[in-house]
Amino acid sequence: MSADAALALGPSSGLSEPVRLPSPVTESRLAQIALIAIAVAFLAFFLLLPLIAVFAEALRRGVNAYFASFTDPDTLSAIWLTVVVAAIAVPLNIVFGLAASWAIAKFDFKGKSFLLSLIDLPFSVSPVVAGMCYVLLFGAQGYFGHWLDSHNLQIIFAIPGLVLATIFVTFPFVARELIPLMQEQGTSEEEASLSLGAGGFRTFWSVTLPNVRWALLYGVLLCNARAMGEFGAVSVVSGHLRGLTNTIPLQVEILYNEYNFVAAFAVASVLASLGLVTLAIKSGLEWRYGDQISAAHRH
Amino acid sequence: MELKIKNLRKDYGNFPALNDVNLDIRSGELIALLGPSGSGKTTLLRAIAGLESPDGGQIFFGDRDASRQSVQERNVGFVFQHYALFRHMKILDNIAFGLRFGQGRKRKSEAEIRRKVLELLDLVQLNGLEGRYPSQLSGGQRQRVALARALAIEPQVLLLDEPFGALDAQVRKGLRRWLRQIHDETGHTTVFVTHDQEEAMELSDRVAVLHKGGLQQVGTPDEIYDTPATPFVYAFIGDSTSLPVEVHNGEAIFEGRTLRIGRVDPPDGPGRLHIRPQDVSLTTPAEGVVRGQIIGLRRSGGYRRADISVGVKHDRVEALLPPEQEVSVGDQVGLEFRRYAAFADDKEPPKLGLAREKQAA
Repeated sequence: MSADAALALGPSSGLSEPVRLPSPVTESRLAQIALIAIAVAFLAFFLLLPLIAVFAEALRRGVNAYFASFTDPDTLSAIWLTVVVAAIAVPLNIVFGLAASWAIAKFDFKGKSFLLSLIDLPFSVSPVVAGMCYVLLFGAQGYFGHWLDSHNLQIIFAIPGLVLATIFVTFPFVARELIPLMQEQGTSEEEASLSLGAGGFRTFWSVTLPNVRWALLYGVLLCNARAMGEFGAVSVVSGHLRGLTNTIPLQVEILYNEYNFVAAFAVASVLASLGLVTLAIKSGLEWRYGDQISAAHRH
Repeated sequence: MELKIKNLRKDYGNFPALNDVNLDIRSGELIALLGPSGSGKTTLLRAIAGLESPDGGQIFFGDRDASRQSVQERNVGFVFQHYALFRHMKILDNIAFGLRFGQGRKRKSEAEIRRKVLELLDLVQLNGLEGRYPSQLSGGQRQRVALARALAIEPQVLLLDEPFGALDAQVRKGLRRWLRQIHDETGHTTVFVTHDQEEAMELSDRVAVLHKGGLQQVGTPDEIYDTPATPFVYAFIGDSTSLPVEVHNGEAIFEGRTLRIGRVDPPDGPGRLHIRPQDVSLTTPAEGVVRGQIIGLRRSGGYRRADISVGVKHDRVEALLPPEQEVSVGDQVGLEFRRYAAFADDKEPPKLGLAREKQAA
């Protein structure tokens, strides 16, 4: 058979019975199943199982015992304190975060990258260290302790200390969410607004803020979840005064250490629910406004 | 509104973005600021708008010194290259923005604002789109909205920064004609920045050519094309090739042959002769002022371009020939120049290729 004949036969024999070849850029079926199974098992073991355990333990003695856990005045005051601390820390961080990201994304100045690293500091520093710093500054033996004491001001082992520690830990969430988006959006819309005669505040309120509203909400959500769930920094500055300076996470620890498992898990389930709600809203935001949230996601 | 720019200077670090620019813009004219990237044209436009603060010089709006005025006070209509429409607002709210929030502007009732917006939408031929969001419009439509938004505040002067730069060629051509029409209808003094010489030449009453922060030439498109004032303008606008010559007593001498220098008389010494391809015609070697050999032939639209190697140093001259002229590569030919200009030799002759690549980009 000549080469020409072979060439002529080649394609026609291929046509009669098409062979389905696997895509050259996909793993084999077996490898796919194995990888997915590993991922699912990992998630189930490390995330799903503990979550179920929290609710299972909380409801071990029935629904009545579960709800009875919330009649304890110490627990109620812990929940109330957590809400108060978050209600102060989160709005302040919205203001700080907006100001910082506005400055970083829309203006050029010296020390900009230094400011950026400062914003990231709470991510890299252990919260316990942050708490210690506040004790060192404002505690009874601290640098300002004497002055504070003589003016009858208490920061450590009181609400101000809890708020300070929470602000420190949750500072990056809003700013980190807004900076990449604001940088991507640039300044031309603001310039357009100015050229149309609008003032600086009007421009911020009507142009800059609406452009980042969903990213801001996203950041606030994460910030709030962290503010309510923070343990390390808050633990150091709280002093664990029952009914006075215990937040939800600290209350859970105390109840657990007292072998009051049902109550511990019941209170923990409140935090877990908060996490689930946060996750649901977060996913909703990502699904609906993904393009308006952030170019680069870190969370 | 008449604009006067006096000794305007702007430095970015060590390099001057604007170097003592003086420019008078007449009331009601459409003027193009043309130059390659980095020539300072956008900086100049932004300085006029008040979005950039110059390091020296003055800008007059009529008789009023606007140099110390804020953007808001200058009341200019600014159109951005990438539209800069407010993405979260409907088209109606975009156009109404300046009417609603402009400082020191008389408040209008919502009904009045709506009427004005619809009128402007009619002017830019986008009737019925007031309820859409910017993301639902095409690029060309967005730029028309941007123009309507700028016109809404009844600006003293209309400034456009590469308004068609982000659009494809077809849309760009249509919008170009349309912008001219709008300008003629509304009569605003209009300044627009472009790196596209075709756009500048077709659209504007006058063209200001900038290079490295300096104004090279200001004139009508005809003046700019036919009598370029500097070697840069010769190189940047249209096609041209150049020959090194010796200038002596009003004549340019190329390897013993003399050419009378017409318009420009550079000082005696080494110079450069700039010739456009369409001003070169071929004759026999005996008749031509300069002799050369054809080293390349290319078809270019309705013409043929010939690369001709000239003189002992093999300088390249380009000629535009009718396709029926019978020539082939290797032919010995004589060259005649219908029009040319000589300039004193620059240490750095204009980089023709580079300038042209930048326009194309």
